[in-house]
Amino acid sequence: MTDAATTGLARRIIPCLDVRDGQVVKGVQFRDHRVMGEIVGLAQRYSAEGADELVFYDITASPEGRSVDHDWVRRVAEVIDIPFCVAGGIRSVDEARTILQAGADKISVNTPAVRNPDLVNALADAFGSQCVVVGIDSIVQDGAWTTRQMTGNPDAMEHTGLETLDWIGQVVERGAGEIVLNCMGSDGTRDGYDLQQLTAARAVCAVPLIASGGAGEARHFTDVFAAADVDGALAATVFHSGALPIAQLKSTLADAGVSVRPC
Amino acid sequence: MSLAIIDSGGANIASVRFALNRLGMESTFTADRAVIERADRVILPGVGAAGAAMRQLRKHGLVDCIRGLTQPVLGICLGMQLLFEASDEGDVRCLGLIPGRLRRFDGAPGLRVPHMGWNHTRQTRDDPLCAGLRATPWFYFVHSYHAPVGEHTLAACRHGQAFSAMVQQGNFRGAQFHPERSAADGARVLKNFLELS
Repeated sequence: MTDAATTGLARRIIPCLDVRDGQVVKGVQFRDHRVMGEIVGLAQRYSAEGADELVFYDITASPEGRSVDHDWVRRVAEVIDIPFCVAGGIRSVDEARTILQAGADKISVNTPAVRNPDLVNALADAFGSQCVVVGIDSIVQDGAWTTRQMTGNPDAMEHTGLETLDWIGQVVERGAGEIVLNCMGSDGTRDGYDLQQLTAARAVCAVPLIASGGAGEARHFTDVFAAADVDGALAATVFHSGALPIAQLKSTLADAGVSVRPC
Repeated sequence: MSLAIIDSGGANIASVRFALNRLGMESTFTADRAVIERADRVILPGVGAAGAAMRQLRKHGLVDCIRGLTQPVLGICLGMQLLFEASDEGDVRCLGLIPGRLRRFDGAPGLRVPHMGWNHTRQTRDDPLCAGLRATPWFYFVHSYHAPVGEHTLAACRHGQAFSAMVQQGNFRGAQFHPERSAADGARVLKNFLELS
């Protein structure tokens, strides 16, 4: 890591709140969701505890053909003082504008970008790349990392025919300002991030890259920052369950020489 | 006290208004010259590109209005950049209130552009805008162009090269970061701005 010499940027710790029907839920390997808590309360808790950013991912949005409910976006924006990103079925510039106007800092597109890659260009043109995150659900198939869409609903989940590393290059070229790579093979397992895949993604990704899927303990965060040089690490269960308080995680990271924002 | 937020065309104004609300301050989002001139405090926000924002200001006849303001003015993110003479982003002439030109960050391995995330700043001179901040405050940044460090710099930050994180020239001040999204340190900067005499 070259943090100290060249930039003072901190590595970001990002709790992800999967939202379904106005509640925060979490599944194991994208299935069997159970309710973890109420949106605004959890957002406030993480903001106060030292999270650097929050991602709200409406996992039911795309499969049911609807966009996110904007009311909770505004309620979250009113109470928290850290940046947050909203994902879930955003299919147009107008839908993205509504969410940004409600107070979100970024919007993230996944399935709609796969179906209509020009959406990434349109969003970047309208709001600037810094607002545009592309989420990618990736899993090994026939020896290659490939992407999935409609991952919020196991019955609707589909192959995309896209190789993950090619897709990263394409969306960055189109104006994505950040990539969140959900490694589906490790999601919910608490066995650690997919260091091999994230390292490969890092090599082709010139914009900020966020690791997702597999965090179970502090060491997994230290490992992913050291091995894959990611800009941030996203996790859900390990934070929602209280297993790993953010202050404790940041203290461990600082001791390991990772640049973090003190809580 | 009244506070006007200038409509410079960006989408994300809500978070600035909510942050002010948390400090007990109401605000008016406006492109009306008379409202801006009458306000006790003026915030120039900005999300998007320098060229689009300057076109919006010109369209509403606000360039001379802003240049002539005498009350405390705070530019945030792109709004701070607009206080400078010019930007390489589209080769745009800006408000010219602070000398210098915005340059794009040079990307490199380990140096991603945009400069996005939490970074710490180093105060370079005293100003009420920085009052009460901890020795090494942390702020949330999102930008691809950076302002030079000079006499106007209140606090500097580093991403490959040093750049201005907070600036002041007369009644005009600016923050390159988003104070509305920078937790307690950011709230302190906004509070300091409201309390300027």
